[in-house]
Amino acid sequence: MCTYLTEKITVSGSGKGADGWFTLSDATVYLDHPQHAPAEHTLNIDFLNPARGPSARVAVELTAESARALVLAIESALASAPPGLV
Amino acid sequence: MYDAMMAETISITGHGGDRIEAYLARPLGPGPHGGVVVIHHMPGYDAPTKEIVRRFAAHGYAALCPNLYSREAPGASPDDAAATARARGGVPDERLVGDVGGAVEYLRAMPASNGKAATIGYCSGGRQSFLAACSLRLDAAVDCYGAFVVGTPPDGYPLQVRPLAHLIPELSCPLLGLFGNEDKYPSPEQVDELDKGLTAAGKPHEFHRYDGAGHAFFAVDRPSYRPESANDGWARIWDFFGAHLAG
Repeated sequence: MCTYLTEKITVSGSGKGADGWFTLSDATVYLDHPQHAPAEHTLNIDFLNPARGPSARVAVELTAESARALVLAIESALASAPPGLV
Repeated sequence: MYDAMMAETISITGHGGDRIEAYLARPLGPGPHGGVVVIHHMPGYDAPTKEIVRRFAAHGYAALCPNLYSREAPGASPDDAAATARARGGVPDERLVGDVGGAVEYLRAMPASNGKAATIGYCSGGRQSFLAACSLRLDAAVDCYGAFVVGTPPDGYPLQVRPLAHLIPELSCPLLGLFGNEDKYPSPEQVDELDKGLTAAGKPHEFHRYDGAGHAFFAVDRPSYRPESANDGWARIWDFFGAHLAG
């Protein structure tokens, strides 16, 4: 068995999946064996809308280093926004 | 030797009478053939698992892999189905037994069947292979690095899994276990504990454990693949099924 703690959050926004754009309602974040990435473990993020079925999913599998860099990049981008914008 | 085979997606009756998807590969010779239920890993009913199913057919067994995520995600791609099943806590044990039981019945009812059936599972499927062997009447079972046959899942673990050590007295058939010594789930200590429990209960089993291999060393499409361990493991599987399932 190869799975660890899963963080689940609700989100507002949109994602683009195999069938085009759809409204997001949930996201899960977990460290596990990847489906595709060439690594033993990856930090996986699924952006989801379960009400639209299993295929309403935007998935990424990142190395731990990449995931940490992403967190910093998101924080940096948000912090640089002009006052009152976000 | 006539070696033609056929592989196809079919529908079988699973737990609760539900119709579920399954992948069947079978030799086209007259038989008789033993039957193998292949229990897929957490990442799902995917292309590498179907390759394993065909491999058993190429070795003279009828092999059937039920899609354990048929209900959560009918028609979805294997990775989307796996993500959905994972988010819902995995496959309930009772349902797993029903689905594998349906696959066993299907194999035993095939005209070329020799009446014998086995299970093999990888990753979460290793634990489920053991569970099936304790819950159904089987002729052989293989556990490839299944976690939480013994041992308790850590706090916050997202899947609804319980240890199965209490079921050891119910094991219905010989068990082959294949494990990597660098695995954490199951750890070498947990493999020791299972080995001792089976020995104490007088249950026939053989375990093979590989240095330099961790979890998923059979998975040819992943960096965890360890060719030497996997090749030896396959040889052990053919010997084991040759003794308990063939003919």
